[in-house]
Amino acid sequence: MRPDLAAIVQWVPKGARVLDLGCGDGSLLRSLWQEREAPGYGVEIDDDNVLACVANDVNVLQVDLESGLSLFGDGSFDCVILSETLQTIHRTEFLMREMLRVGREMIVSFPNFGHWRARVQVALGRMPVSQELPYEWYETPNVHHCTIRDFEDLCRRLGVRIRERLALHDGKPVTTLPNLLGSLAVYRCTAA
Amino acid sequence: MNAPQHDPSSVGPVVAQKARFDTPLKLRSGAELPSYELAYETYGTLNAARSNAVLVCHALNASHHVAGFYQNEPENVGWWDNLVGPGKPLDPRRFFIVGSNYIGSCFGSTGPASINPKTGKPWGADFPVVTVEDWVEAQARLADHLGIERFAAVIGGSLGAMQALQWTLSYPERVRHAIVIAAAAKLTPQNIAFNEVARQAIMTDPDFHGGHYYEKGVVPTRGLRIARMIGHITYISGEAMAEKFGRVLRRGQPGFDFDVDFEVESYLRYQGDKFSSYFDANTYLRITKALDYFDPAADYGGDLTAALARAKAAFLLVSFKSDWRFTPARSREMVKALLDNRRIVSYLEIDAPGGHDAFLLEDERYHAGLRSYLANIDL
Repeated sequence: MRPDLAAIVQWVPKGARVLDLGCGDGSLLRSLWQEREAPGYGVEIDDDNVLACVANDVNVLQVDLESGLSLFGDGSFDCVILSETLQTIHRTEFLMREMLRVGREMIVSFPNFGHWRARVQVALGRMPVSQELPYEWYETPNVHHCTIRDFEDLCRRLGVRIRERLALHDGKPVTTLPNLLGSLAVYRCTAA
Repeated sequence: MNAPQHDPSSVGPVVAQKARFDTPLKLRSGAELPSYELAYETYGTLNAARSNAVLVCHALNASHHVAGFYQNEPENVGWWDNLVGPGKPLDPRRFFIVGSNYIGSCFGSTGPASINPKTGKPWGADFPVVTVEDWVEAQARLADHLGIERFAAVIGGSLGAMQALQWTLSYPERVRHAIVIAAAAKLTPQNIAFNEVARQAIMTDPDFHGGHYYEKGVVPTRGLRIARMIGHITYISGEAMAEKFGRVLRRGQPGFDFDVDFEVESYLRYQGDKFSSYFDANTYLRITKALDYFDPAADYGGDLTAALARAKAAFLLVSFKSDWRFTPARSREMVKALLDNRRIVSYLEIDAPGGHDAFLLEDERYHAGLRSYLANIDL
Protein backbone atom coordinates (compact mmCIF):
# COMPACT_ATOMS: atom_id res chain seq x y z
CA MET A 1 0.00 0.00 0.00
CA ARG A 2 1.13 3.56 -0.77
CA PRO A 3 2.76 4.94 2.41
CA ASP A 4 0.42 7.94 2.66
CA LEU A 5 -2.55 5.59 2.47
CA ALA A 6 -1.19 3.45 5.31
CA ALA A 7 -0.98 6.63 7.42
CA ILE A 8 -4.49 7.65 6.43
CA VAL A 9 -5.92 4.29 7.48
CA GLN A 10 -4.38 4.80 10.92
CA TRP A 11 -5.88 8.27 11.26
CA VAL A 12 -9.44 7.27 10.43
CA PRO A 13 -11.36 6.36 13.58
CA LYS A 14 -13.15 3.03 13.72
CA GLY A 15 -16.60 3.17 12.18
CA ALA A 16 -16.12 6.69 10.79
CA ARG A 17 -18.15 7.72 7.77
CA VAL A 18 -15.66 8.41 5.02
CA LEU A 19 -15.66 10.23 1.69
CA ASP A 20 -12.63 9.57 -0.52
CA LEU A 21 -12.20 12.17 -3.25
CA GLY A 22 -10.30 10.94 -6.29
CA CYS A 23 -10.53 7.43 -4.90
CA GLY A 24 -8.77 5.63 -7.75
CA ASP A 25 -9.58 1.93 -7.81
CA GLY A 26 -11.13 2.09 -4.34
CA SER A 27 -8.38 0.23 -2.52
CA LEU A 28 -8.18 2.79 0.30
CA LEU A 29 -11.93 2.56 0.85
CA ARG A 30 -11.67 -1.19 0.85
CA SER A 31 -8.91 -1.12 3.47
CA LEU A 32 -10.87 1.36 5.56
CA TRP A 33 -13.85 -0.96 5.48
CA GLN A 34 -11.79 -4.05 6.26
CA GLU A 35 -9.52 -2.55 8.89
CA ARG A 36 -11.57 0.25 10.45
CA GLU A 37 -15.12 -0.86 9.63
CA ALA A 38 -15.49 2.60 8.15
CA PRO A 39 -18.20 2.73 5.49
CA GLY A 40 -17.74 5.24 2.74
CA TYR A 41 -18.10 6.48 -0.76
CA GLY A 42 -15.50 7.29 -3.35
CA VAL A 43 -15.67 10.04 -5.92
CA GLU A 44 -13.84 9.36 -9.16
CA ILE A 45 -14.07 10.64 -12.72
CA ASP A 46 -11.90 8.18 -14.65
CA ASP A 47 -13.88 5.36 -16.29
CA ASP A 48 -11.35 2.60 -15.63
CA ASN A 49 -11.00 3.58 -11.98
CA VAL A 50 -14.75 3.80 -11.52
CA LEU A 51 -15.19 0.32 -12.96
CA ALA A 52 -12.39 -0.98 -10.73
CA CYS A 53 -14.26 0.44 -7.73
CA VAL A 54 -17.46 -1.36 -8.74
CA ALA A 55 -15.47 -4.57 -9.16
CA ASN A 56 -13.91 -3.95 -5.72
CA ASP A 57 -17.40 -3.66 -4.27
CA VAL A 58 -16.76 -0.09 -3.17
CA ASN A 59 -19.44 2.62 -3.40
CA VAL A 60 -18.32 4.98 -6.11
CA LEU A 61 -19.85 8.12 -7.56
CA GLN A 62 -18.70 9.20 -10.99
CA VAL A 63 -18.83 12.96 -10.72
CA ASP A 64 -16.38 15.77 -11.31
CA LEU A 65 -14.74 17.17 -8.17
CA GLU A 66 -14.24 20.52 -9.86
CA SER A 67 -17.98 21.12 -9.72
CA GLY A 68 -17.81 20.77 -5.96
CA LEU A 69 -19.42 18.43 -3.51
CA SER A 70 -23.01 19.49 -4.09
CA LEU A 71 -24.17 15.87 -3.82
CA PHE A 72 -23.20 15.86 -0.17
CA GLY A 73 -24.98 17.56 2.69
CA ASP A 74 -23.27 19.66 5.39
CA GLY A 75 -21.42 17.59 7.98
CA SER A 76 -22.45 14.28 6.41
CA PHE A 77 -19.02 12.67 6.87
CA ASP A 78 -16.62 12.19 9.73
CA CYS A 79 -13.68 12.25 7.42
CA VAL A 80 -13.13 13.56 3.88
CA ILE A 81 -9.97 12.29 2.20
CA LEU A 82 -8.07 13.80 -0.72
CA SER A 83 -5.02 11.62 -1.30
CA GLU A 84 -2.48 12.70 -3.90
CA THR A 85 -5.20 14.55 -5.77
CA LEU A 86 -4.82 18.11 -4.44
CA GLN A 87 -2.20 18.92 -7.08
CA THR A 88 -4.63 18.05 -9.89
CA ILE A 89 -7.44 20.31 -8.71
CA HIS A 90 -8.06 23.63 -10.47
CA ARG A 91 -10.25 25.24 -7.82
CA THR A 92 -8.18 24.32 -4.79
CA GLU A 93 -9.56 26.80 -2.26
CA PHE A 94 -13.12 26.06 -3.27
CA LEU A 95 -12.64 22.32 -2.89
CA MET A 96 -10.95 22.65 0.51
CA ARG A 97 -13.86 24.73 1.77
CA GLU A 98 -16.26 22.18 0.36
CA MET A 99 -14.40 19.35 2.10
CA LEU A 100 -14.76 21.03 5.46
CA ARG A 101 -18.40 21.79 4.77
CA VAL A 102 -19.32 18.14 4.20
CA GLY A 103 -16.86 16.61 6.67
CA ARG A 104 -15.85 17.19 10.24
CA GLU A 105 -12.27 16.44 9.35
CA MET A 106 -10.22 16.35 6.18
CA ILE A 107 -7.15 14.31 5.37
CA VAL A 108 -5.00 15.57 2.53
CA SER A 109 -1.84 14.13 1.04
CA PHE A 110 0.28 15.55 -1.78
CA PRO A 111 3.76 15.27 -3.27
CA ASN A 112 5.98 17.91 -1.66
CA PHE A 113 7.44 20.15 -4.33
CA GLY A 114 9.83 21.47 -1.71
CA HIS A 115 11.72 18.18 -1.47
CA TRP A 116 15.43 18.74 -2.09
CA ARG A 117 15.47 16.60 -5.21
CA ALA A 118 12.78 18.73 -6.82
CA ARG A 119 14.63 21.86 -5.78
CA VAL A 120 17.85 20.58 -7.29
CA GLN A 121 16.17 19.68 -10.56
CA VAL A 122 14.61 23.14 -10.80
CA ALA A 123 17.96 24.71 -9.87
CA LEU A 124 19.50 22.77 -12.73
CA GLY A 125 16.87 24.21 -15.04
CA ARG A 126 14.49 21.24 -15.32
CA MET A 127 10.99 20.48 -14.13
CA PRO A 128 11.25 17.79 -11.48
CA VAL A 129 10.50 14.17 -12.35
CA SER A 130 10.63 11.65 -9.51
CA GLN A 131 8.80 8.73 -7.96
CA GLU A 132 6.28 11.15 -6.40
CA LEU A 133 6.16 13.38 -9.47
CA PRO A 134 6.37 10.81 -12.25
CA TYR A 135 5.13 12.94 -15.15
CA GLU A 136 6.94 14.97 -17.76
CA TRP A 137 5.78 18.60 -17.76
CA TYR A 138 3.86 18.16 -21.02
CA GLU A 139 1.80 15.17 -19.93
CA THR A 140 1.21 15.82 -16.26
CA PRO A 141 -2.34 15.93 -14.89
CA ASN A 142 -0.95 18.09 -12.08
CA VAL A 143 -1.80 21.77 -12.24
CA HIS A 144 -1.15 23.12 -8.74
CA HIS A 145 2.08 21.97 -7.15
CA CYS A 146 2.87 23.17 -3.66
CA THR A 147 5.36 22.72 -0.87
CA ILE A 148 4.68 21.92 2.75
CA ARG A 149 5.11 25.61 3.63
CA ASP A 150 2.78 26.69 0.83
CA PHE A 151 0.06 24.31 1.97
CA GLU A 152 0.32 25.48 5.56
CA ASP A 153 0.07 29.09 4.43
CA LEU A 154 -3.11 28.28 2.56
CA CYS A 155 -4.55 26.51 5.61
CA ARG A 156 -3.86 29.60 7.70
CA ARG A 157 -5.48 31.84 5.13
CA LEU A 158 -8.58 29.63 4.93
CA GLY A 159 -8.78 29.30 8.72
CA VAL A 160 -8.12 25.57 8.51
CA ARG A 161 -6.62 24.08 11.64
CA ILE A 162 -3.88 21.49 11.14
CA ARG A 163 -4.28 18.68 13.68
CA GLU A 164 -1.56 16.36 12.51
CA ARG A 165 1.17 16.40 9.90
CA LEU A 166 3.27 13.59 8.57
CA ALA A 167 6.13 14.05 6.12
CA LEU A 168 7.34 10.89 4.41
CA HIS A 169 10.19 9.83 2.22
CA ASP A 170 10.60 6.33 0.82
CA GLY A 171 7.69 5.32 3.01
CA LYS A 172 9.41 6.43 6.22
CA PRO A 173 8.48 9.40 8.44
CA VAL A 174 10.74 12.44 8.19
CA THR A 175 10.97 14.56 11.33
CA THR A 176 13.84 16.93 10.62
CA LEU A 177 13.50 19.56 7.90
CA PRO A 178 10.30 18.00 6.51
CA ASN A 179 9.92 20.54 3.71
CA LEU A 180 13.38 19.64 2.44
CA LEU A 181 13.58 15.93 3.20
CA GLY A 182 9.94 14.83 2.89
CA SER A 183 8.76 13.93 -0.58
CA LEU A 184 5.17 13.26 0.47
CA ALA A 185 3.06 15.18 2.98
CA VAL A 186 -0.06 14.01 4.80
CA TYR A 187 -2.27 16.30 6.88
CA ARG A 188 -5.25 15.90 9.13
CA CYS A 189 -7.19 19.14 9.44
CA THR A 190 -10.42 20.50 10.82
CA ALA A 191 -12.25 23.78 10.51
CA ALA A 192 -10.73 26.18 13.00
CA MET B 1 -28.83 -35.68 -28.27
CA ASN B 2 -28.62 -32.64 -30.42
CA ALA B 3 -26.37 -29.78 -29.41
CA PRO B 4 -28.30 -26.51 -29.03
CA GLN B 5 -28.72 -24.90 -32.40
CA HIS B 6 -28.57 -21.38 -31.05
CA ASP B 7 -25.79 -19.03 -30.06
CA PRO B 8 -24.52 -20.29 -26.65
CA SER B 9 -24.69 -16.78 -25.21
CA SER B 10 -28.45 -16.69 -25.82
CA VAL B 11 -30.91 -18.02 -23.29
CA GLY B 12 -32.32 -19.90 -26.29
CA PRO B 13 -35.96 -20.57 -27.04
CA VAL B 14 -38.30 -19.12 -24.45
CA VAL B 15 -42.01 -19.32 -23.74
CA ALA B 16 -44.13 -16.39 -22.61
CA GLN B 17 -46.35 -17.18 -19.64
CA LYS B 18 -49.35 -15.57 -18.04
CA ALA B 19 -50.47 -15.35 -14.43
CA ARG B 20 -54.05 -14.50 -13.58
CA PHE B 21 -55.07 -12.59 -10.46
CA ASP B 22 -58.69 -12.54 -9.40
CA THR B 23 -58.40 -10.28 -6.36
CA PRO B 24 -59.41 -6.77 -7.45
CA LEU B 25 -56.54 -4.35 -7.84
CA LYS B 26 -57.15 -0.88 -6.46
CA LEU B 27 -55.41 1.70 -8.63
CA ARG B 28 -53.87 5.02 -7.68
CA SER B 29 -56.59 6.83 -9.64
CA GLY B 30 -59.21 5.30 -7.36
CA ALA B 31 -60.46 2.98 -10.10
CA GLU B 32 -60.34 -0.76 -9.62
CA LEU B 33 -59.42 -3.62 -11.93
CA PRO B 34 -61.67 -6.55 -10.98
CA SER B 35 -59.06 -9.05 -12.16
CA TYR B 36 -56.03 -9.02 -14.40
CA GLU B 37 -53.50 -11.12 -16.23
CA LEU B 38 -49.81 -10.37 -16.30
CA ALA B 39 -47.55 -11.72 -19.06
CA TYR B 40 -44.03 -12.69 -18.06
CA GLU B 41 -41.01 -14.77 -18.98
CA THR B 42 -38.38 -16.35 -16.79
CA TYR B 43 -34.81 -17.45 -17.46
CA GLY B 44 -32.71 -19.57 -15.13
CA THR B 45 -33.85 -21.35 -11.99
CA LEU B 46 -34.94 -20.06 -8.62
CA ASN B 47 -32.43 -21.46 -6.12
CA ALA B 48 -33.44 -23.35 -2.97
CA ALA B 49 -32.95 -20.28 -0.78
CA ARG B 50 -35.08 -18.25 -3.27
CA SER B 51 -32.40 -15.59 -3.08
CA ASN B 52 -31.35 -15.25 -6.72
CA ALA B 53 -34.39 -13.65 -8.35
CA VAL B 54 -33.91 -10.56 -10.50
CA LEU B 55 -36.86 -8.61 -11.85
CA VAL B 56 -36.35 -6.86 -15.18
CA CYS B 57 -38.77 -3.99 -15.75
CA HIS B 58 -39.28 -2.79 -19.28
CA ALA B 59 -39.71 0.65 -20.75
CA LEU B 60 -42.20 2.20 -23.09
CA ASN B 61 -42.42 0.02 -26.16
CA ALA B 62 -40.87 -3.22 -24.90
CA SER B 63 -42.38 -6.21 -23.14
CA HIS B 64 -41.73 -9.16 -20.90
CA HIS B 65 -39.77 -10.71 -23.79
CA VAL B 66 -36.40 -9.65 -22.39
CA ALA B 67 -34.09 -12.29 -23.83
CA GLY B 68 -33.94 -15.35 -26.04
CA PHE B 69 -36.33 -16.00 -28.90
CA TYR B 70 -39.57 -17.79 -29.61
CA GLN B 71 -39.27 -21.23 -31.18
CA ASN B 72 -41.67 -20.35 -33.96
CA GLU B 73 -40.28 -16.81 -34.38
CA PRO B 74 -36.48 -17.06 -34.21
CA GLU B 75 -36.19 -13.45 -35.40
CA ASN B 76 -38.16 -12.18 -32.42
CA VAL B 77 -35.22 -11.69 -30.04
CA GLY B 78 -35.80 -10.20 -26.58
CA TRP B 79 -35.20 -6.47 -26.17
CA TRP B 80 -32.34 -6.81 -23.67
CA ASP B 81 -30.72 -9.88 -25.16
CA ASN B 82 -27.30 -8.16 -25.13
CA LEU B 83 -27.46 -8.04 -21.33
CA VAL B 84 -29.20 -11.28 -20.40
CA GLY B 85 -27.77 -14.69 -21.27
CA PRO B 86 -25.07 -17.20 -20.38
CA GLY B 87 -21.78 -15.32 -19.94
CA LYS B 88 -23.52 -11.95 -20.20
CA PRO B 89 -23.74 -9.47 -17.29
CA LEU B 90 -27.11 -10.81 -16.13
CA ASP B 91 -26.46 -14.53 -16.32
CA PRO B 92 -29.35 -17.03 -16.03
CA ARG B 93 -26.87 -19.64 -14.78
CA ARG B 94 -26.59 -17.59 -11.60
CA PHE B 95 -29.84 -15.64 -11.41
CA PHE B 96 -33.50 -16.46 -11.79
CA ILE B 97 -34.52 -13.65 -14.11
CA VAL B 98 -38.12 -12.53 -14.41
CA GLY B 99 -39.23 -10.25 -17.23
CA SER B 100 -42.59 -8.80 -16.34
CA ASN B 101 -45.02 -6.95 -18.54
CA TYR B 102 -47.36 -4.36 -16.98
CA ILE B 103 -51.08 -3.87 -16.87
CA GLY B 104 -52.33 -1.62 -19.64
CA SER B 105 -49.87 -3.14 -22.07
CA CYS B 106 -50.71 -4.51 -25.49
CA PHE B 107 -48.35 -7.46 -25.21
CA GLY B 108 -50.46 -10.00 -23.38
CA SER B 109 -51.27 -8.48 -20.01
CA THR B 110 -54.70 -7.08 -19.32
CA GLY B 111 -54.98 -3.78 -21.18
CA PRO B 112 -57.29 -1.56 -23.19
CA ALA B 113 -57.70 -4.17 -25.93
CA SER B 114 -58.74 -6.87 -23.40
CA ILE B 115 -62.36 -7.70 -22.84
CA ASN B 116 -64.07 -5.69 -20.12
CA PRO B 117 -65.94 -8.35 -18.09
CA LYS B 118 -68.74 -5.86 -17.42
CA THR B 119 -69.57 -5.22 -21.07
CA GLY B 120 -68.14 -8.22 -22.87
CA LYS B 121 -66.48 -5.76 -25.26
CA PRO B 122 -62.91 -4.42 -25.37
CA TRP B 123 -62.21 -1.88 -22.63
CA GLY B 124 -60.98 0.72 -25.09
CA ALA B 125 -61.21 4.21 -23.62
CA ASP B 126 -62.76 2.80 -20.44
CA PHE B 127 -59.57 1.05 -19.39
CA PRO B 128 -58.32 3.00 -16.38
CA VAL B 129 -55.26 5.21 -16.40
CA VAL B 130 -52.53 3.18 -14.70
CA THR B 131 -49.45 4.41 -12.88
CA VAL B 132 -46.00 3.14 -12.05
CA GLU B 133 -47.23 2.46 -8.50
CA ASP B 134 -50.03 0.30 -9.91
CA TRP B 135 -47.58 -1.65 -12.04
CA VAL B 136 -45.46 -2.42 -9.00
CA GLU B 137 -48.55 -3.59 -7.07
CA ALA B 138 -49.48 -5.88 -9.94
CA GLN B 139 -45.92 -7.21 -10.21
CA ALA B 140 -45.72 -7.82 -6.46
CA ARG B 141 -48.52 -10.33 -6.85
CA LEU B 142 -46.58 -11.97 -9.65
CA ALA B 143 -43.60 -12.22 -7.28
CA ASP B 144 -45.87 -13.90 -4.71
CA HIS B 145 -47.13 -16.23 -7.40
CA LEU B 146 -43.55 -17.20 -8.29
CA GLY B 147 -42.60 -17.72 -4.65
CA ILE B 148 -40.20 -14.78 -4.58
CA GLU B 149 -40.26 -13.02 -1.25
CA ARG B 150 -37.30 -10.80 -1.93
CA PHE B 151 -35.54 -9.88 -5.17
CA ALA B 152 -31.75 -9.94 -5.27
CA ALA B 153 -32.17 -7.06 -7.69
CA VAL B 154 -34.78 -5.11 -9.59
CA ILE B 155 -33.37 -3.56 -12.74
CA GLY B 156 -34.73 -1.31 -15.46
CA GLY B 157 -33.94 1.55 -17.81
CA SER B 158 -36.03 4.67 -18.42
CA LEU B 159 -39.64 3.88 -17.50
CA GLY B 160 -38.37 0.47 -16.33
CA ALA B 161 -36.00 2.30 -13.97
CA MET B 162 -38.93 4.23 -12.54
CA GLN B 163 -40.52 0.87 -11.70
CA ALA B 164 -37.28 -0.33 -10.10
CA LEU B 165 -37.19 2.84 -7.97
CA GLN B 166 -40.86 2.50 -7.09
CA TRP B 167 -40.28 -1.10 -6.03
CA THR B 168 -37.83 0.13 -3.38
CA LEU B 169 -40.49 2.53 -2.10
CA SER B 170 -43.58 0.32 -2.28
CA TYR B 171 -41.79 -2.79 -1.01
CA PRO B 172 -38.56 -1.73 0.72
CA GLU B 173 -38.11 -5.18 2.27
CA ARG B 174 -38.47 -7.01 -0.99
CA VAL B 175 -35.60 -5.42 -2.94
CA ARG B 176 -31.95 -5.93 -2.02
CA HIS B 177 -30.47 -4.04 -4.96
CA ALA B 178 -32.06 -1.55 -7.33
CA ILE B 179 -30.34 -0.88 -10.64
CA VAL B 180 -31.79 2.33 -11.96
CA ILE B 181 -30.61 3.25 -15.46
CA ALA B 182 -31.23 6.38 -17.57
CA ALA B 183 -33.89 7.41 -15.10
CA ALA B 184 -35.54 10.43 -13.56
CA ALA B 185 -37.47 10.75 -10.32
CA LYS B 186 -39.96 12.85 -12.26
CA LEU B 187 -40.37 14.19 -15.77
CA THR B 188 -39.51 17.76 -16.61
CA PRO B 189 -42.23 19.94 -18.16
CA GLN B 190 -40.31 19.60 -21.43
CA ASN B 191 -40.66 15.81 -21.22
CA ILE B 192 -44.35 16.05 -20.43
CA ALA B 193 -44.69 18.38 -23.42
CA PHE B 194 -43.21 15.76 -25.75
CA ASN B 195 -45.65 13.20 -24.35
CA GLU B 196 -48.56 15.56 -24.86
CA VAL B 197 -47.67 16.09 -28.52
CA ALA B 198 -47.61 12.31 -28.93
CA ARG B 199 -51.00 11.96 -27.26
CA GLN B 200 -52.50 14.77 -29.32
CA ALA B 201 -51.27 13.08 -32.49
CA ILE B 202 -53.15 9.93 -31.48
CA MET B 203 -56.30 11.52 -30.12
CA THR B 204 -56.81 13.82 -33.11
CA ASP B 205 -56.48 10.94 -35.58
CA PRO B 206 -59.96 10.52 -37.14
CA ASP B 207 -59.59 6.78 -36.64
CA PHE B 208 -59.21 7.16 -32.87
CA HIS B 209 -62.96 7.37 -32.18
CA GLY B 210 -62.43 8.51 -28.61
CA GLY B 211 -60.49 5.33 -27.88
CA HIS B 212 -63.23 2.94 -29.03
CA TYR B 213 -61.65 2.14 -32.38
CA TYR B 214 -61.49 -1.64 -31.87
CA GLU B 215 -65.19 -2.08 -32.54
CA LYS B 216 -64.93 0.09 -35.65
CA GLY B 217 -62.26 -2.19 -37.01
CA VAL B 218 -59.77 0.63 -37.53
CA VAL B 219 -56.49 1.73 -35.93
CA PRO B 220 -55.32 5.34 -35.48
CA THR B 221 -52.19 4.54 -37.45
CA ARG B 222 -51.39 8.12 -38.45
CA GLY B 223 -51.43 9.31 -34.87
CA LEU B 224 -49.31 6.42 -33.66
CA ARG B 225 -46.76 7.02 -36.42
CA ILE B 226 -46.33 10.65 -35.43
CA ALA B 227 -46.25 9.77 -31.73
CA ARG B 228 -43.46 7.32 -32.40
CA MET B 229 -41.55 9.77 -34.56
CA ILE B 230 -41.52 12.46 -31.89
CA GLY B 231 -40.59 9.91 -29.25
CA HIS B 232 -37.82 8.52 -31.36
CA ILE B 233 -36.29 11.94 -31.97
CA THR B 234 -35.98 12.43 -28.22
CA TYR B 235 -34.50 9.00 -27.51
CA ILE B 236 -31.39 9.52 -29.58
CA SER B 237 -28.87 12.30 -29.31
CA GLY B 238 -28.39 14.92 -32.00
CA GLU B 239 -24.83 13.67 -32.29
CA ALA B 240 -25.91 10.06 -32.84
CA MET B 241 -28.46 11.19 -35.41
CA ALA B 242 -25.84 13.21 -37.29
CA GLU B 243 -23.49 10.25 -37.15
CA LYS B 244 -26.12 7.82 -38.39
CA PHE B 245 -27.80 9.88 -41.13
CA GLY B 246 -25.82 13.03 -41.80
CA ARG B 247 -27.64 15.00 -44.47
CA VAL B 248 -27.59 12.18 -46.97
CA LEU B 249 -30.22 12.57 -49.68
CA ARG B 250 -32.11 9.42 -50.58
CA ARG B 251 -32.38 10.36 -54.25
CA GLY B 252 -28.92 11.83 -54.48
CA GLN B 253 -30.33 15.33 -55.05
CA PRO B 254 -33.11 17.49 -53.62
CA GLY B 255 -36.52 16.47 -54.99
CA PHE B 256 -38.10 19.90 -54.47
CA ASP B 257 -41.20 18.06 -53.31
CA PHE B 258 -42.45 16.52 -50.06
CA ASP B 259 -41.46 12.97 -50.66
CA VAL B 260 -38.56 11.58 -48.62
CA ASP B 261 -35.47 13.69 -49.23
CA PHE B 262 -33.17 13.09 -46.31
CA GLU B 263 -32.17 9.72 -44.91
CA VAL B 264 -33.42 10.70 -41.46
CA GLU B 265 -36.93 11.26 -42.83
CA SER B 266 -36.94 7.80 -44.31
CA TYR B 267 -35.78 6.37 -40.99
CA LEU B 268 -38.48 8.15 -39.00
CA ARG B 269 -41.19 7.06 -41.41
CA TYR B 270 -39.94 3.49 -41.22
CA GLN B 271 -39.88 3.56 -37.42
CA GLY B 272 -43.35 5.12 -37.34
CA ASP B 273 -44.79 2.54 -39.74
CA LYS B 274 -43.22 -0.35 -37.85
CA PHE B 275 -44.43 0.89 -34.47
CA SER B 276 -47.97 1.62 -35.62
CA SER B 277 -48.26 -1.90 -36.99
CA TYR B 278 -47.83 -3.55 -33.57
CA PHE B 279 -48.44 -1.02 -30.81
CA ASP B 280 -51.82 -0.11 -29.40
CA ALA B 281 -52.76 3.57 -29.29
CA ASN B 282 -54.71 3.30 -26.02
CA THR B 283 -51.69 1.67 -24.42
CA TYR B 284 -49.45 4.46 -25.68
CA LEU B 285 -51.70 7.08 -24.14
CA ARG B 286 -51.64 5.33 -20.79
CA ILE B 287 -47.91 4.70 -20.71
CA THR B 288 -47.11 8.33 -21.41
CA LYS B 289 -49.49 9.30 -18.61
CA ALA B 290 -47.77 6.86 -16.25
CA LEU B 291 -44.49 8.60 -17.09
CA ASP B 292 -45.97 12.05 -16.54
CA TYR B 293 -47.56 11.18 -13.21
CA PHE B 294 -44.51 9.49 -11.72
CA ASP B 295 -43.18 11.75 -8.98
CA PRO B 296 -42.57 10.01 -5.66
CA ALA B 297 -41.58 13.33 -4.08
CA ALA B 298 -44.97 14.91 -4.81
CA ASP B 299 -46.46 13.55 -1.58
CA TYR B 300 -43.54 15.04 0.36
CA GLY B 301 -43.83 18.63 -0.82
CA GLY B 302 -41.34 17.96 -3.59
CA ASP B 303 -38.69 16.73 -1.14
CA LEU B 304 -37.08 13.75 -2.86
CA THR B 305 -34.87 13.03 0.15
CA ALA B 306 -37.96 12.58 2.31
CA ALA B 307 -39.62 10.50 -0.42
CA LEU B 308 -36.72 8.07 -0.67
CA ALA B 309 -36.23 7.75 3.08
CA ARG B 310 -38.14 4.49 3.19
CA ALA B 311 -36.02 2.77 0.53
CA LYS B 312 -33.74 0.12 2.01
CA ALA B 313 -32.10 -1.28 -1.10
CA ALA B 314 -28.55 -0.71 -2.22
CA PHE B 315 -28.59 1.31 -5.43
CA LEU B 316 -26.65 1.46 -8.64
CA LEU B 317 -27.60 4.39 -10.84
CA VAL B 318 -26.35 4.78 -14.38
CA SER B 319 -26.84 7.75 -16.69
CA PHE B 320 -25.55 8.62 -20.13
CA LYS B 321 -23.99 11.98 -20.92
CA SER B 322 -25.68 12.23 -24.32
CA ASP B 323 -29.14 11.51 -22.88
CA TRP B 324 -31.02 14.78 -23.18
CA ARG B 325 -34.40 13.26 -22.38
CA PHE B 326 -33.38 11.98 -18.91
CA THR B 327 -30.17 13.88 -18.34
CA PRO B 328 -27.41 12.91 -15.89
CA ALA B 329 -28.56 15.82 -13.70
CA ARG B 330 -31.84 13.92 -13.11
CA SER B 331 -29.87 10.88 -11.94
CA ARG B 332 -27.65 13.00 -9.71
CA GLU B 333 -30.78 14.32 -7.98
CA MET B 334 -31.64 10.76 -7.01
CA VAL B 335 -28.06 10.04 -5.95
CA LYS B 336 -28.14 13.10 -3.70
CA ALA B 337 -31.44 12.08 -2.12
CA LEU B 338 -30.08 8.58 -1.48
CA LEU B 339 -26.86 9.98 0.01
CA ASP B 340 -28.88 12.29 2.24
CA ASN B 341 -30.58 9.14 3.51
CA ARG B 342 -27.23 7.38 3.94
CA ARG B 343 -28.19 4.65 1.51
CA ILE B 344 -25.64 2.48 -0.21
CA VAL B 345 -25.28 3.91 -3.69
CA SER B 346 -22.95 3.88 -6.64
CA TYR B 347 -23.34 6.07 -9.68
CA LEU B 348 -21.90 5.70 -13.16
CA GLU B 349 -22.06 8.51 -15.68
CA ILE B 350 -21.23 6.92 -19.00
CA ASP B 351 -19.88 9.07 -21.82
CA ALA B 352 -21.74 7.14 -24.52
CA PRO B 353 -23.10 8.85 -27.62
CA GLY B 354 -26.40 6.98 -27.98
CA GLY B 355 -28.73 9.37 -26.12
CA HIS B 356 -31.54 8.00 -23.97
CA ASP B 357 -31.54 4.71 -25.90
CA ALA B 358 -27.92 4.12 -24.87
CA PHE B 359 -29.28 1.97 -22.05
CA LEU B 360 -30.30 -0.60 -24.67
CA LEU B 361 -26.92 -0.58 -26.38
CA GLU B 362 -23.81 -2.50 -25.56
CA ASP B 363 -21.36 0.14 -24.40
CA GLU B 364 -18.32 -1.63 -23.00
CA ARG B 365 -18.01 0.49 -19.83
CA TYR B 366 -21.73 0.34 -19.13
CA HIS B 367 -21.90 -3.41 -19.43
CA ALA B 368 -18.64 -3.89 -17.50
CA GLY B 369 -20.14 -1.87 -14.64
CA LEU B 370 -23.34 -3.91 -14.62
CA ARG B 371 -21.40 -7.14 -14.86
CA SER B 372 -19.21 -6.34 -11.83
CA TYR B 373 -22.08 -4.99 -9.81
CA LEU B 374 -24.25 -8.04 -10.44
CA ALA B 375 -21.33 -10.40 -9.79
CA ASN B 376 -20.84 -8.79 -6.35
CA ILE B 377 -24.42 -9.43 -5.27
CA ASP B 378 -24.35 -12.15 -2.61
CA LEU B 379 -26.89 -14.87 -3.16
